[in-house]
Amino acid sequence: MERETSAFQRIYTRLFQLTKATVSLKATGIGNEELAIVDGRLAQVVKIIGEMVTLQVFAGTEGIATNAEVVFTGKAPALRVGEDLAGRFFNAYGEPMDGGQILGQEREIGGPSVNPVRRKQPSELIATGIAGIDLNNTLVTGQKIPFFADPDQPFNQVMANVALRAKADKIILGGVGLTNDDYLYFKHVFDNAGALDRIIGFINTTENPPVERLLVPDMALSAAEYFAVEKQEKVLVLLTDLTLYADALSIVSNRMDQIPSKDSMPGSLYSDLARLYEKAVQFPDGGSITIIAVTTLSGGDITHAIPDNTGYITEGQLFLRKDSDVGKVIVDPFRSLSRLKQLVIGKKTREDHPQVMNAAVRLYADAANAKTKLENGFDLTDYDERTLGFASAYSEKLLAIDVNIDIDTMLETAYELFREYFSPAEVGIKQVFVDKYWKKEAATAAE
Amino acid sequence: MKTKGKVTGIIANLVVVETEGTAAQNEICFILHGDSRLMAEVIRITGNKVYVQVFESTRGLKIGTDVEFQGHMLEVTLGPGILSRNYDGLQNDLDKMEGVFLKRGDYTAPLDHERKFAFTPLASVGDKVEAGIWLGEVKENWMPHKIMVPFTFKGEYVVKEITAAGEYCIDDQMAVLTDESGRDHVVTMVQKWPVKVPIRAYREKPRPFRILETGYRVIDTLNPMAEGGTGFIPGPFGSGKTVVQHNLSRNAEADLVIIAACGERANEVVEVFTEFPELDDPRTGRKLIERTTIIANTSNMPVAAREASVYTAMTIAEYYRSMGLRILLLADSTSRWAQALREMSNRMEELPGPDGFPMDLPAIISNFYSRAGIVYLNNGETGSITFIGTVSPAGGNLKEPVTESTKKAARCFYALSQQRADSKRYPAIDPIDSYSKYLEYPEIAEYLNSTIADNWTDNVLEAKDILLRGKETYEQINILGDDGVPLDYHLKYWKSELLDFVILQQDAFDPIDQRCPLDRQHFMLDQALDICRKEFEFESFEEVAPWFKEVINLLKQMNFAEFNSEDFERYGKLLADKLTEREAKAEDEDEKAA
Ligand SMILES: Nc1ncnc2c1ncn2[C@@H]1O[C@H](COP(=O)(O)OP(=O)(O)OP(=O)(O)O)[C@@H](O)[C@H]1O
Ligand SMILES: [Mg+2]
Repeated sequence: MERETSAFQRIYTRLFQLTKATVSLKATGIGNEELAIVDGRLAQVVKIIGEMVTLQVFAGTEGIATNAEVVFTGKAPALRVGEDLAGRFFNAYGEPMDGGQILGQEREIGGPSVNPVRRKQPSELIATGIAGIDLNNTLVTGQKIPFFADPDQPFNQVMANVALRAKADKIILGGVGLTNDDYLYFKHVFDNAGALDRIIGFINTTENPPVERLLVPDMALSAAEYFAVEKQEKVLVLLTDLTLYADALSIVSNRMDQIPSKDSMPGSLYSDLARLYEKAVQFPDGGSITIIAVTTLSGGDITHAIPDNTGYITEGQLFLRKDSDVGKVIVDPFRSLSRLKQLVIGKKTREDHPQVMNAAVRLYADAANAKTKLENGFDLTDYDERTLGFASAYSEKLLAIDVNIDIDTMLETAYELFREYFSPAEVGIKQVFVDKYWKKEAATAAE
Repeated sequence: MKTKGKVTGIIANLVVVETEGTAAQNEICFILHGDSRLMAEVIRITGNKVYVQVFESTRGLKIGTDVEFQGHMLEVTLGPGILSRNYDGLQNDLDKMEGVFLKRGDYTAPLDHERKFAFTPLASVGDKVEAGIWLGEVKENWMPHKIMVPFTFKGEYVVKEITAAGEYCIDDQMAVLTDESGRDHVVTMVQKWPVKVPIRAYREKPRPFRILETGYRVIDTLNPMAEGGTGFIPGPFGSGKTVVQHNLSRNAEADLVIIAACGERANEVVEVFTEFPELDDPRTGRKLIERTTIIANTSNMPVAAREASVYTAMTIAEYYRSMGLRILLLADSTSRWAQALREMSNRMEELPGPDGFPMDLPAIISNFYSRAGIVYLNNGETGSITFIGTVSPAGGNLKEPVTESTKKAARCFYALSQQRADSKRYPAIDPIDSYSKYLEYPEIAEYLNSTIADNWTDNVLEAKDILLRGKETYEQINILGDDGVPLDYHLKYWKSELLDFVILQQDAFDPIDQRCPLDRQHFMLDQALDICRKEFEFESFEEVAPWFKEVINLLKQMNFAEFNSEDFERYGKLLADKLTEREAKAEDEDEKAA
């Protein structure tokens, strides 16, 4: 790796202390959060007490000797941004994997926040074709939302589909501890769709050192800010998997002897994650950053500090679940929530959307109750039986992640299912909508 | 001469400064980093080492950087022009900042120094006055804004000059006051006050004696909030804390609402910026934004300023309380403030308390809550701050330090339940676990019984009892099965469901239902209790649910209709018919049986 050297750089060769992730040495004139190269590895200043400077070494300190060369760069971590980022993949340090150069200017990553009064309230719907999302948990540009999923669920596939259908000007993939297979999968899918020119990837795979991961989201989001602010583009950022990001944070804070809070996570986890997620924004001039992330769970436990803090930050969450009755992965309608959906449903979509959505989920809940009854050995009523029939069909035709239809078709499909299993009174949507959208001949048949 | 010092240590936003001069706890200083001045607050002093928390990012900061101490604590600027503003946690006017991104060290003036206000004097030459006494009045939006003797003035003063009615800027001289030693002091429309010190320019702080109407049935009817009272809303993520607070800010019977967005989402503040200028204040018909001030320290803004933001909001509330106004102060979320304290205490390597929070967290929280209250001002008028904070418990588990400390400090507990939120029973305030201590205050009970109805508090307790019994029978039915329990259990259960659907649940997004005034709450509780008190006859348990569902539906339609409108009356009539029909059936059967 070649780096510029300049007259301002100071070189030191006496390390005072080493831990697995940090080194300390005596140095003067050093800026907080400045980058340095320790024995050829990138490091960042995390603490200065008098002349004692502590550096976090992203690639780990294995094999670094006390006489290793330390070169301070005088700069905070930065990314070169420009139009030619598009269509390329980078490592965690923002260096092109194709070995080429970026022509643009250098930007510090992890920069300041958008002034809240310069934001616009999000109001533009993102259509994904997946009814579990568009119908029940509608997404909006400028939103931040994670998939809460067990590691074996196909979240990366769903995310790739969402990204391709989202009509974004740029898709930025932040691979945080991505397996090499998943990295190649993303590349392959984007390539097949002929979308590679809209894609930018910052990739840290499981083969790379874990602390390096800490740079990836900031790199991805700095690139996103460039396109959203300066080019007024609609940018979609995919961050997978932020659980591994949080794990890396805890490694570093642990090495620095900080007092851990819940689940061995640093006490600042909420602020650390919020700093990333809050980069999601809608600007008045049309530029936007939407963040779709992945938070893997262990054993479905959402009270663990990582998903818990995430839930307090994001605007909803999407749960995937295998529905064994229909043998498909579905978007769980009970636990998933898009908090920004009310900004668009019934406004940007057909007027009856909110009512149809609620009615279907309520009937699905009735089916869940019927199932419990059945399991507890109680008798089912005729209504119970019908809800069970409805639930299977609803799961298969709307909730499954392989669905790809437009929102009007989703609404029509919902009515078809309503008509097949229920009377209008049982569905309980407003009479005006029944009159308008519940097809005439079918309505009489159901009565 | 200002004390000077130099930076000798940097750990994130904790900076160590060495100085030969004097420094005070909580004193403000500026770190002169390049072209920008980074504001910081002293949080600990050991020998000549002063530990300061910086309200900004410390990126690039170097050892040896100059520091200038200011000789005062963190202050807010108080004067006309605060209403409708969007401030950050340090009272910088966000609208005055240039550019899309917040620039570090960019501090903007909280008030407009050029704007003219129409002044009317209230005091006369020769009047004896003290801190907080009203000297005059200007109109701020529609609100009478009092120009007061500054709170820092100690002892008695005589009004030597008072400015005649007219249009003035905030820095103009409004009065000249002579102190006991004969010295003259000029008073303008502006004064400053340190945020961590309560403003105590009032005669007395009595126990709260009347309630603050919020428009929420589950609050006003079942767990009333006192004017000048305190309450908190704990709940797991997504259970509806912010929706409840936003609705309180729209509908509560307050003269003025201050929202401290403390470490939460920027988009939620944007919602207020966007919607409040359009929405009508139901009480005055003016725009809601006119009575609202926002202190925004969203989760991506500097953490140290998050702690300051709640104090900034409280001090502004105290200032307006001194004008004899009713203030509603909302903070979302106080857990983020506690976390900011934890981060700092962690960096200072203090001995941690439970979950790593500082040992004195309970004291800090209770001190803060104690600044709320209704007061008799020195001129005999009342003013009040009602404070409601949200708490975001880790993992949704209420056995954690912030919830437990807040429970000791606040008198109302509005617990949001995950289960209710999941089943979309909004607002998800748990009817059994939640409480208002004010309901036990004899003066509040008397107030309720004399303003609403003689037997009001009895009725409220009866409703709570029905809800509790409903919950118990529900558990029985679940264990024993629908036909394994006596029919009466189904009735008990459905009566509690009726109260749940008609009184507890309320649609926050429906233009009518979102705000239910007290007279209407009185009417609906009477209606619901009337039904609950009746004995109905059913052949089998299968008849119970459908019948109650119909009754509930009619009552809900009433909730959605304009009070006493034609529609409302029509549903009322349908309901009455439904009830008589059921009673008649019962009588028929009684006769048959006889
Ligand atoms: N009264 C209500 N009526 C209808 N929907 C509601 C209501 N309250 C909450 N919701 C739904 O729940 C979502 C989350 O509510 P809210 O943002 O108030 O939760 P919160 O408790 O503040 O969560 P967090 O702790 O993450 O900030 C809303 O976006 C809305 O979809
Ligand atoms: Mg909230």
